[in-house]
Amino acid sequence: MLSRSADAIYWIGRYMERAESIARFIDVNLNLALDLPPGTQEQWKPLVGTTGDLYRFLERFDTTTRETVIEFLAFDVDNANSIYSCLRGARENARAVRDVISSDMWEHLNATYLQVSDEGARGRARHSSYQFFSEVKLAGRTFEGLTDDTMSHGESWNFCRLGRMLERSDKIARILDLKHFLSNGKTSSGALDDIEWSAVLQSASALELYRKRHGRLIKERIVEFLLLDREFPRSVHFCLVGAEEALHEITGTAIGTFRIPAEQRLGQLRSELAFARAEEILEQGLHETIDAIQLKLNLAGDAITNAFFIAAPLYSA
Amino acid sequence: MRFQDYDCETFYDEWMAAPGKPRPEASLLVRMLESLPAGELQRRQLAAERAFLVMGITFAVYGHRDGAEKVWPFDLLPRLVIMDEWERIDRGLRQRIQTLNLFLNDIYHTQRIVRDGIIPEEVIRTAKSFRPECIGLRPPAGIWAHITGTDLVRDRDGKMYVLEDNLRCPSGVSYVLENRQVMKRTFPQVFQASRVLPVDDYPSRLLDTLQFVAPMSARNPRVAVLTPGVFNSAYFEHSFLARQMGVELVEGRDLHVDGGRVFMRTTRGLERVDVIYRRIDDDFLDPRVFRPDSMLGVPGLMKAYMEGKVTLVNAPGTGVADDKVVYAYVPKMIKYYLGEEPILPNVPTYLCWEKKDLDYVLEHLDQLVVKSANESGGYGMLIGPHSTKEQQGEFADKIKAAPRNYIAQPTLGLSRVPTLVDGKLEGRHVDLRPYILYGREIYVQPGGLTRVALKKGSLVVNSSQGGGSKDTWVLPAPPPQAVDGLDVRTPITMGAQ
Repeated sequence: MLSRSADAIYWIGRYMERAESIARFIDVNLNLALDLPPGTQEQWKPLVGTTGDLYRFLERFDTTTRETVIEFLAFDVDNANSIYSCLRGARENARAVRDVISSDMWEHLNATYLQVSDEGARGRARHSSYQFFSEVKLAGRTFEGLTDDTMSHGESWNFCRLGRMLERSDKIARILDLKHFLSNGKTSSGALDDIEWSAVLQSASALELYRKRHGRLIKERIVEFLLLDREFPRSVHFCLVGAEEALHEITGTAIGTFRIPAEQRLGQLRSELAFARAEEILEQGLHETIDAIQLKLNLAGDAITNAFFIAAPLYSA
Repeated sequence: MRFQDYDCETFYDEWMAAPGKPRPEASLLVRMLESLPAGELQRRQLAAERAFLVMGITFAVYGHRDGAEKVWPFDLLPRLVIMDEWERIDRGLRQRIQTLNLFLNDIYHTQRIVRDGIIPEEVIRTAKSFRPECIGLRPPAGIWAHITGTDLVRDRDGKMYVLEDNLRCPSGVSYVLENRQVMKRTFPQVFQASRVLPVDDYPSRLLDTLQFVAPMSARNPRVAVLTPGVFNSAYFEHSFLARQMGVELVEGRDLHVDGGRVFMRTTRGLERVDVIYRRIDDDFLDPRVFRPDSMLGVPGLMKAYMEGKVTLVNAPGTGVADDKVVYAYVPKMIKYYLGEEPILPNVPTYLCWEKKDLDYVLEHLDQLVVKSANESGGYGMLIGPHSTKEQQGEFADKIKAAPRNYIAQPTLGLSRVPTLVDGKLEGRHVDLRPYILYGREIYVQPGGLTRVALKKGSLVVNSSQGGGSKDTWVLPAPPPQAVDGLDVRTPITMGAQ
């Protein structure tokens, strides 16, 4: 397929997943707000912290309140990672590859964009926040379903999946990291700790599955579940396995081997997680480990861009 | 919805023979509309508009940065054409496209038509869109204009005329196909009962046409649609056609000429392209041959084309026949090349570069439509009866300064079709653009795009100037009476637990 088309569809995958993930971040706080003991202050700064965009936020807003953070994360035209910007980016890319994606995908994406860019969207996000961000999450998952269901599972679909899975790995790591920002580096008291962990798990659509597997909320098991689990479909490890599959479907190289840097970097990160233990991660520091994962994901992303998307492809079969 | 108060005024109405008296082909629709509960038509109109918005069937409006996309207004009430008339249009269009291709081939080779004194040499030489670079070119199968969209209009007297030929990159066919989809969903019963001739096979016929003209060397010809990009006003159509044909949609930067051949940059390296349906003007095709500042084109493309390594559709240089002075000679061309009388007449045209015509035009500016010979899209035009003295003065100066660049025609009273306006039905002026493909054979898509001037009294149907569109139904005679019987095969039921 055209390099330009591959680039566009990979970014459609990433942007749609990113929009959904931002809604999940906000969801953590909406969940928390429902469960916090009376008199506890809602904390919105950690949310911006986990996106890595705190400096950009502070350039634009003085206070971290529910209003400013939701404005920044959901609607801000000047925040390249706001839900609105992600949907706009996905839609611009989709317009450029209307011939590659299905009409069902396009129409859904377009309708979602129109919904969020609609004049009434800010009002709905304020008055029925839970409903509004649930819809954004659902729209992301519907898009994924339509992609899997209406596209031929060939090269372009694999580029979309590759983008989606890399993005999801990064965002699940960030949701887990949100706990670090919430407790501000300290250990929260027992009850609050549980409330925070369950908000995190819930936002990753992991709470029910976690309870079935481990029952009680234990830090080691939660870290293991979100980072390393082999069956939970949103664990970082699970997503990396998916990304690796997609990449190797594209290149034709056998999994477990590599010919290009993108395969090497992704394979190294995936096997690191395959052989890691939660206890060791916590010893080394959870926040530091997550930062390292994010950095390696970015490097893998760069290698993918170099291999497939730049004007003269380096990779040729 | 009542037709009692519907006023035809002095125009030819495509639906109504007289107030309250529908033409036979419209009677079914009129009965259906009159039986709809109040507000139902508006409701369906809104649903259709919503469908276009969600499908993202939009066009970009140049000069508007806000949002930059608009849904092209669509009106639910179709234009109707009966089979008898359609057959004549079909024959007339075939005759015309055949002639124009013979003309193009002639003027880029021996110019027999000039030597025989049918068209003055000066007309060709001074046409802005004549491309000396194309002299001697031999496109595959001798076809220059493969894809055309001819504009037809009907005057007060009920007669159809050819207004323009559009041999470069006519757009709008995607709207024909999408409008039809929406209409089928909006009026399923009437649509089925009317036995409207289908338009849906256009994309596969387009692909056939493109593959037919591939270079001889290409065994499995690879086709691509070349677009200027997402910011072009017709981008939706480019992507639509590529998708419908299942071919690649490329931009200039995706293409690369190497060793005289054209390739696409793909994730697996370079892949060869054999036929390019280009939706980029000649000027921008190849910076080495045409405009050197073009960022949209592909350096070396023309050389590859001239050497027969790739086919461009339409061929460069076809625009010369869109020149409105050249247009005036088409009836003579038909006689010259085919020895036939024109089936579809031209609109009478005054050529300002001829002294006698110039004098007449300058004296009658308040009655005529003056057009620039090289513009399209409704730009560079004066509609005499709708203009001020001041505008007429401006045009008089322009014409006198460059008479070759202007032609004039009588102001036609374009026919009208009932259109939903603020919950009521009112007549609005229309034209008709049927699409023609010329490959192994000539195909004329039954119907085409009906463009409608939505502003009251306006005669300008262009999308850039407040125009909208309607579906066009070609109806077999005699008018249908009932819904066809349903399929009667024994149904196979679903399995049960």
